[in-house]
Parts: sequence; C-alpha cells; structure tokens
Amino acid sequence: METRFKTLREFPLDEYLSPGATMCAGCGGMIVLRIFHKALGGNVVIVNAAGCLTLLQVYPYTPLKSSWMYTAFASAPAGAQGIRDALDILMEKGKLPQGEDLKVVVLTGDGAAYDIGLQSSSGAIERGLDFYYLVYDNEAYGNTGFQRSGATPFGSSTTTTPPTNLNPAGYSGMKKDLFEIWRSHNPPYLATIAPSHVVDMLRKIETASGFRGPKLFISLSPCPTGWGFDPSETIKLSRLAVECGVWPLKEAVYGKVRHTVVPKVLKPVEEYLRRQNRYAHLFTPTRQEEAINFIQEKVNEYWLKVSATEGHEVIKPINLAEKQTE
Amino acid sequence: MRDVEMMTGNTAAAWAARLADVDYIPAYPITPQTEIIETLAKWINEGVMKAKLVQLESEHSMLTAAGTASLAGARVFTSTSSQGLLYGFEMLYNIAGWRAPMVLVNVSRAVAAPITLEPDHNDVLSARDSGFMQFHAERCQDVLDLVLMAYRVSEDRRVMLPSIVNMDGFYLSFTREPVGLLDKEEVAEFLPPYSHPQAFKARRHVVKGPAVIGGHLYTFFKHNIHESITRAAQVFDEAAEKFQSITGRKLEAVEGFLLDDAEYVLVITNSFTTTAKRAVVKLREKGVPAGLAKVVMLRPFPAKIIVEKLKNRKAVAVFDQNISQGFGGIIYSETAAALYHVKNRPETLLSVVGGLGGKFTTLEEFEYVFSLLANPDKVGAGKPLFLFRKDELRDVERAMKLAGVEGEM
Repeated sequence: METRFKTLREFPLDEYLSPGATMCAGCGGMIVLRIFHKALGGNVVIVNAAGCLTLLQVYPYTPLKSSWMYTAFASAPAGAQGIRDALDILMEKGKLPQGEDLKVVVLTGDGAAYDIGLQSSSGAIERGLDFYYLVYDNEAYGNTGFQRSGATPFGSSTTTTPPTNLNPAGYSGMKKDLFEIWRSHNPPYLATIAPSHVVDMLRKIETASGFRGPKLFISLSPCPTGWGFDPSETIKLSRLAVECGVWPLKEAVYGKVRHTVVPKVLKPVEEYLRRQNRYAHLFTPTRQEEAINFIQEKVNEYWLKVSATEGHEVIKPINLAEKQTE
Repeated sequence: MRDVEMMTGNTAAAWAARLADVDYIPAYPITPQTEIIETLAKWINEGVMKAKLVQLESEHSMLTAAGTASLAGARVFTSTSSQGLLYGFEMLYNIAGWRAPMVLVNVSRAVAAPITLEPDHNDVLSARDSGFMQFHAERCQDVLDLVLMAYRVSEDRRVMLPSIVNMDGFYLSFTREPVGLLDKEEVAEFLPPYSHPQAFKARRHVVKGPAVIGGHLYTFFKHNIHESITRAAQVFDEAAEKFQSITGRKLEAVEGFLLDDAEYVLVITNSFTTTAKRAVVKLREKGVPAGLAKVVMLRPFPAKIIVEKLKNRKAVAVFDQNISQGFGGIIYSETAAALYHVKNRPETLLSVVGGLGGKFTTLEEFEYVFSLLANPDKVGAGKPLFLFRKDELRDVERAMKLAGVEGEM
C-alpha cells in the first residue's frame, strides 16, 4: 500500500496536544496520544473512560485542540456510538451540514478496555460502529496506584499482587489477549502499536483511516511510576518490549493477521524485565529462574507459531534454545 | 386535533416519541417496557418515522449513548424499567451533570430480589436525587402528554436537564385506554426544534464532562443543577398553559380531586390514583369530606403547591408505592418536610405503604385509609402502615407451607 509515512521525516508537524498537561513525566500513553492525534488531524472528538488521561481535562483547562467527552469507566464505546449516530442521523435529516462531521475516537486505558468496558467495546465492534479505539495499555490500573488489571502480565508485581513468600512471582495469571478477543469480532482494522515505533504507528493509522467501521489500536504504554523506571527510559523500554518479543507489533485486516515488525534476533526477555521495578522480585534477593523461564517460553512459543504461520525467520535466544534441546 | 385512539401506555409513549420527531433512540429490552422500542423499531423500519434506533448491549451503554447523542444535538428518546434503570444508574447522574436534555420513559417494575414483574416505584424513585426531572402518569393519556411536556421543559434553555416520565408496568403499559393524539402542526406549535448551544461539531472544540478538583467547583456545578431544576417548575407551568391552549387538556404539577372542602386528603401518585379517586367519590356519597392530591411532578418537588393543597386539612395520608427500608414511604417524608414550617398544617400525617410489587390495592383499602384519618388515634404516629389483606396473608401462608417453611412467620 502507498503510504506518506516512510521515515521519521514525514512525522506531521501539526500539534494537537499542548505542553504542560498534567500527566507524569515519561507517560507512554501521552506520547501515543500525541502521535495518534497528529495522524488523525483536528476534527476529532475523543470519547474517554476513567483512567489516567481523564485528568488531561481538569476544569477549566484542556491541553487538546479537539473535542472531548468524558463518559464513565465502562461505556466510552457507547458514548462514541451516541455521538456517531447523532451526527449521522442529523446529517441524514439535513439538520447538520456534512462539513461538520467529526472523527470519533475512543481513548481508554487497559482497565476500561480489558475489564470493565469489555462488554461495551464488544457491542460497538459487533455493530460495526465507525470509530477509532486507542487503548493505552500500561498493564495495570495506573491512576489508582497500580493495581492488577486484565492486562497485567504474569510475574508483574502490582499493589494487589504483591510478591511475598506465599506468592513469590507476583501476579500468577496471564495477560488477557485483547487483540484476539477483538479479532474474533472481525473488525476491518485492528493493530498493536508502541511509542518506540512511530513510523509503524503512523502507517497503521493511515491504513486504518481507509476503512469504515471499527479501527482498533492497542498501544503498549510504559508507565514510569507503575513499572518503576526512570522517565527518560520510556522509549527504550517500549523498544525493548518489541525487540524481546514481549509486545508484538501486528495488524489484522478483517481478521487476517500480519506482523509488521519481526525481530530477526529475539533478545532475552530478561533485558526487558530487569529494567523495571515491577519485576525486581524475579531477580533479587534470589533469582526466580522458573518464573523468568516461563515468561521466556511463552514469548518463544508465540514467535514459533508466528514463524510457522507467516513464514518469518525468528532466531530464539540461545539459553532457551539450549533448554529445549535437552 | 386528531381522533382519539385506543392504545396501551407503551404505545402512547412510542406515539409521543414519534410526534416529537425524535432523532435517536438507543434501546435495550426489558419487561414491561419492550413494547415501546418494538413499536418504534417497526415504525422506523416501515419508513413512517425518521429516526435512528440502535440496540445497545446494556442499559448502562444505552444511557451513555443517549447522553452523548443529546450533546451532539440529537433529540433523544429512550425507555427502560426496574433493573435496567438500576443497571444504568451511574449514567443518570452523568447525563444530568452533562446538562443533556432527553426523555427517558420508565415503566415501573419492582426491583429484585425477589425478582418480579409488576410495578412499584422504588426503581424510579431511586433516580430522585440524580438531576432528572420526574413526571408520573396516572393514565395512558398522561404518558403521551407528559412526554411531550417533558421535552419542552427539558430543552428549555432555562432548564437544560433530562426528564423521566414514569408509568406503571402492566397497570398502564399493557392496558388499552382512549388516547387523544396531536397532529403535526399542533406539535410544531408546542415543541420548538431541539438544538444544543455547544453541540459537537467540526472546528468547534468542546469539552464535556471534565474533572473538577476542589469541592467548591463541584458544589458550584451541583448547585447550578439545583437552581435549574427548581426553575423548571415555572417552565412546566408555562408549558402546561400552552399545552392546554392547543389540546384543551390541563396538566398540573399536583392535581387536586374534590379538594375544595375536603378535610381528609390522600396524597398519591401513578395509576392507583384512579382507584383512590373512586374511593373518594364513594365516601363523598356517604357524606365524608374526602379529597385527593395526585403528585404528577416528583422532581422538582412541588412543595409549595403541596402545602397549598394540604394546609388547613384535618388529616392527610400519603400513599407510597415504595419502601425506603428502615424508614418507610419516600413521598411521605418529602410531604412531611414540605409541611413542617406551615403553621396550619394538618394535625395528622399518616404514612401508608402499599402496592409493592404491583400488589393490588382495592377500593375498600383506600376507604379504610380514609377511615383511619377520621380516627387518627388508632394509628401509631410516624410509623408506616402496611396495607396487607387477610386473603393475601392466607395465600402467603399457603405458599410458605408448600415451600416447607416451618414455624411462625
């Protein structure tokens, strides 16, 4: 497909997010929102559910050069439905000029997308609502102090899954696969994105905008306060997540999956885990080999499957390759 | 003026939405409300009505979509009942806070547990404090009229708040009564087109639902709603005057029935009013100075009118088809609060709780309530009186025996 985004030189210069917003330094979600907005332009209404970014709008200030509708925790997609339907019927009845139309964008964190709002997003996708959904996934309830969510990965420490002697690994469940849940609805466009891979992101938004119907984006959003890393490392962590294979970048057009960034050499997950306090208990005071290997195995399994189905060549990290031959 | 047609309360609600030329109907099925959305879906699909009806995946989503569509400039209609209202409850406060005018028809149904189908008013009265106005219907005609009134009051720039129009499930929803419709010109004269002053549009940046930090800002906006909803009482009266001039039908916030010289008065809402009125007429025939005050507008609470109607009476009973557990009747407490500072208030104010879960209240029971007003000493002051007949008690005992419950009840 033809694209206007080949390198970072094509990065749009228009800004829709003013500096000085009230988010934490190094917030991954903010970076993604800024880029996402650049790609969509200004005629946008953002429909938000409760989360960190809700606090972008604290009366009487807004950092956005677009419209905003805060709904509730569970029902931002339904809020988008109301606005989209209203604009459509008003234009159809001749009560609103076509030129007044807006792009409707749902913006939520993972708590809303994976947990409390799963029902309302499922409904909106199933009805074929013409909207964008951007999830900033920091893998926990960040705004309330980093409690476990359906997006929390195995091994993460959160304030509700603290690692203890009884529970040494932290969270013992697995991250919910929202990509596959949404893909089962067969939306026109669905993709994962990451703030470190800007050109990939811009191209995906560009591709998505050619479709009518649900256009869904799940973005990794490194969270300095929750994950425990220096705010200057947000992009580095995002990049490591992709290079270690923890956060696969992919898209699905009407359900057909294609990985858009395939690591030629898969870095060991340890490189990603070690840089975050939420995984510190896996390394100190004693190294939890079993837990670390389990995470690595799951990543390996994933990419082996991808290699088989899409014909990519992925080189596994050596230590686990050795383990498997034993 | 169009002919009078026979229709159910649900059909009357659908007709009101059709006459109001609503743009958007987010919907979700629940008994006994479903007939409303089915009727509207049929009309839209046949092309006799131009609107968009979308079935959401829950009442919570339905109400969210209703609110945001109103902020985008669409005239919105929706309906629900009971559990549905409670499931979407969070959004009631939001819609009011967004200052999104719309009309929600609630077809009353008692709230689980135990789960049941017939009406009482705990569902709708739970929304009492949300910022929605509330208008309660006695007859199918009221449903139609009050929905049209609600749009006019809700959309008035002095108000800009949503409304609930309540009708009793089964007693009205599935009961056919004669209903006079309005023709297109009459509706146009009564109800101007809806527009929202800050609707979502291209090139105009609007923020709806921002956070506030600080109780002073929160209090300011909440007080603002209180001022507007209080002002709605006057807007209702103006609208009612206009409505009467067009249709000849008189709508009042509180309707008096044989009140002029009444010494014993019953305060009541919704469909049991019809039975209670018959009791009043019967007592009048016997020479008892009975009367009735039907509260149509529950929010804003018409305290002043209620005081006017109740002062100087000997005794008043408030019939509550609801129960605030651990207290008693909800409308009783509001009536008592309204009367507290009135010097010549009635000496007796009796709280009567009945009709829970649609339990039928007979003519004789209403007569019994009036007989208590004539002999107030028989009644424990401040304690709610529960209406429960002997034949009903026998049936409960029979059911419990079948269920294997031993011992005393």
